[in-house]
This record gives sequence, C-alpha cells and structure tokens, in this order.
Amino acid sequence: MTALSLKNLDISYGETRITHSVSLDIAEGESFALVGESGSGKSTVLKAIAGLAPDWTGSITAFGKPRSHGIDGHFARACQMVFQDPYGSLHPRKTIDATLSEPLSIHGIGNQNARVEAVMASVGLDRKFRFRFPHQLSGGQRQRVAIARALVLEPKILLLDEPTSALDVSVQAEILNLLKRLRREQNLTFLMVTHNLPVVSFLCDRLAVMRQGRIVEIADVAQLKQGALREPYSRELMQISATHAA
Amino acid sequence: MAASLRAWLVDDSPSSRLQARLGRAWRIAGALSRNPLAVVGTVIILALVLTAIFAPLLATHDPLKQDLTQRLLAPSAANWMGTDELGRDIWSRVVYGARITLVIVTMVAVLAAPAGLIIGALAGYFGGWPDRILMGITDIFLSLPKLILALALVAALGPGIENAVIAIAITTWPGYARIARAETLTFKNSEFISAIRLQGASSLRVVLGHVLPLCTSSMIVRVTLDMAGIILTAAGLGFIGLGAQPPLPEWGAMIARGRSFILDQWWVATMPGFAIIVVSLGFCFLGDGLRDVLDPKSGEQH
Repeated sequence: MTALSLKNLDISYGETRITHSVSLDIAEGESFALVGESGSGKSTVLKAIAGLAPDWTGSITAFGKPRSHGIDGHFARACQMVFQDPYGSLHPRKTIDATLSEPLSIHGIGNQNARVEAVMASVGLDRKFRFRFPHQLSGGQRQRVAIARALVLEPKILLLDEPTSALDVSVQAEILNLLKRLRREQNLTFLMVTHNLPVVSFLCDRLAVMRQGRIVEIADVAQLKQGALREPYSRELMQISATHAA
Repeated sequence: MAASLRAWLVDDSPSSRLQARLGRAWRIAGALSRNPLAVVGTVIILALVLTAIFAPLLATHDPLKQDLTQRLLAPSAANWMGTDELGRDIWSRVVYGARITLVIVTMVAVLAAPAGLIIGALAGYFGGWPDRILMGITDIFLSLPKLILALALVAALGPGIENAVIAIAITTWPGYARIARAETLTFKNSEFISAIRLQGASSLRVVLGHVLPLCTSSMIVRVTLDMAGIILTAAGLGFIGLGAQPPLPEWGAMIARGRSFILDQWWVATMPGFAIIVVSLGFCFLGDGLRDVLDPKSGEQH
C-alpha cells in the first residue's frame, strides 16, 4: 500500500516558487530519502507534507486520504516530523515529561504516565532524564527526546529533516541505529531529507535526487551503492559526497 | 534534614514535575542570592510586605487619630517621625501607607501584566491584521504621556484608590504588550513551536501553553522595574489630590500636605518621601537582579 503520495506538487513561499511538479510514491514501511544540495527544495517538500508550508498546489495523499493545507489533528496522528536541530526543537522551559505528554493531552489520549515511560524506553532514554529540562541533556539525548515526541502519537509515517547533521559523528551513528531499529520494530515509513549519501545507503531503500526544485532521478539504494545512478547531476553529487567523506 | 532537602532540590534527575519546578526555582533563588543588589532589593520588598501585614503591631499610634495639641511636633521618642499638621503620628501613617502602596502596586501588576502579555502574544503570534489592530491600539496608548492619561482617567472616573489603580493599569499595559509581542516574534518560527503545531495543537494552546511561558521571565523583570514608576505615579496622583483621599495615609498625599510647611517642619513631607524612595529603589534593585538571573539570553541555564 502507498503510505505517502505526492502528485505535481508545486510549493511557493509568497511569490517565489520553490518546487516544480514533484511527484513521489512511498510504499508503507519503505524508507525514502530526498537528497540534493542546499536550496534544492528538499526540506520544503517535507515542510509542505507536515503542514508548515501551506502554500502549495497539487496533491499530498497519506494512506489514500488527501491532506488539507493546514495542520489537522487527524493527519498529525498519522505523520510526525523530527527536526534537524535538537537544540532548537525542544521547548527550553518544559521538562522532557511535559514535552512528551503534551501530544497526548492534545489528542485526549489517556494513560499518559505509562505511554511516556514506554516511549522513553523505546528510544533508549533512561528514566532519570524524565523530569530534566532540555539544557540538562546532551545533543544526542535531545534528539532522542525529539524522536520520542514524534513517536508518542504512534504515527505511521515519520518525516526526518536531516536528523543527524547537527550531531557529533559518534552520536550520529547511535541515532541512525536507533532510527533503523524503530523502523523495524514499529513498521514505520520514513521520508528523510539529507545531503549525506552514506546515511542514505545505511538507512534508506530508495532515494530521489532533487535539483532546483525538481526531481532529477529516483533510484534504488542498490544503484547508489554500486555507483550506478543514471543522471550526470546525481553522479556529480555522489562524487562530491565521496570526496568529502574521504 | 536541611541537607537532604537541598540535595532533593539540586538533584539533576528529578522524579516528579513538582521537584523539577522547585529545583528550577531553587537555582534561580540561588543565583539571585549571589547578587548583592538583588539581595538588598529583596530585603526592602520583604520589609515592605511585612510592614503592611504587621502594620497594627508596628504602628505606635492610631494613624487617623487627630490631636491638635500635638501638631507639627519634631521627631522624638514619642513620635519617631514627628507629627503632621493635625497632630497625627507620621511613623504610624507611613507604616499604614505601606498597605496602600502594596495594594496599588499589586493591583496594577495583576491587571496590567496579564492583559499586556496576552494582547502582545496574540498580536505577535498571529501577525497580519490582528497584529496591526492590536498594536495600533497599543501605539495610541503609548503615544499619550502616562501621567496625563492617568490624570484624565481619574478626572473622568472620580478620585480614589480604585480609580487610580485602573488609570495606572490602563497606562502601563501597552509597554508589556510591546515586550510580549517582541518576545513572541523571536520564537514564533522556532522549531519547538513548529513541533507543537505539528502535533495538532490549537493556536490558543500554543499561545497560552508554549509562547506565554517564554515571555513571562522578561515580563517579571519589566514589571518589577516598573513598580517604582507605578509607586511614583500613584504618589503623583495622591499629591495632586486625585489618588487616595484623606484621611487615608497615602504617601503621595502626605507629601502634598507637608509641602506647605516644608521649610519649617521638614519631616512632614520628608518621611513619606523617604519611604517612596526606599521602596522604589528596592523594586529597581530587585528588577535589576532578576534581569541578570532571568535574562532570556542566558535563561537556558536555569
């Protein structure tokens, strides 16, 4: 079944058109990556799906249901987002407990205590962190909290906006392993934005290369690993990534 | 016992929301107690509050009792701050005046701060035409001189403490609305606000539950610093005769009455004036200290 489907998506910020007829189909349980350089519109696609960039035409469908332009509670329970910067995505005056129970309160879900404990355990956060403030946590722990916050509503789709790029290399690996495990355990569908191709090979099944608001190529990760991407631009991107890694 | 309580408060892995909140309050109090000016301010404000509460015990005379045989006496063992032109004991009047001052200050803070906070946060969060309308109204109020506006309001409503409080509150909220709006604008597009919106929270919930808590610390600082101005405005209204009415021992009104004999019987006007200065200074010191501790730029540490 198709978890997420974008058809002819044109997103604008005011007068400026950011993307041009982006179409994608992501199967349930699949992990899909959007790659491209800065300004290619990949993050904007994610924001439009989440509801933070409401100015678009075309269609966004999650599990067969078209998505409205605003943010609605029903969609929120099906699809959540993890932000890039764990230092900016947690409310500085709320304890971890408050951050994690807020989505439950919004949707009137009971049994909050047990749910918060369960979600903390599932992202590998010790119970002792529960009543700490974000400034008392490290970057990796904060990103775990951000992931837990996205998961506490038990969504089917997780939008990941460069979830590891703001972290130290050693912590990046931990978070990637965590994401991989969570996807396996909860049968999540990932749509991840990144410019880090090794991350794509590690975590994703398919990828789309974006350039100047258009999708240049959609490929299997196997093709990426073998260096068999078709488009010249995609190969260029691979080469840049390889030289940076080395 | 004290040691274990302290350990419980500074525990970096609190086990309940209450403990986390009290721990934060403890850290703020600790930072405040290391700031000498803030300590002086706190002591003064505490003294004001205690004076107001225990006024009947501290006063040596009935503040309203007149005794024309005892008028305009210089400070002495019997009348610590002397007596006024109707033979009332100035010390007792200053002590009871603390109650009036405290009531005015608290009422103004309770009325003006939440109003300004909510109007500013709504304007900042929604932007567009709600912002323009709300801030237009705010600008109109800001463009009028405070004391003149308060005077006009009291003149229209009639003299008295309640009306003075209303008038001062109406002149102070625009400043708070401005601050709240500016603060709101700085983090309305931040990721933690986006995250809570993505979870399906209503705008009201976002503003009340997530935006306002971030505005409160700068608001507390501003209100504390404004307290001095509020006391002075209240005293000013009392001085002109539009604030507390005789025989209430309001400090500004007391100065006004002492003005006629300020050269010969200096204590009549000086003593309440001294009280005003000390209390205003106390609020300024405390406000400065709070700003150092609660500064939004360094706020993450607490």
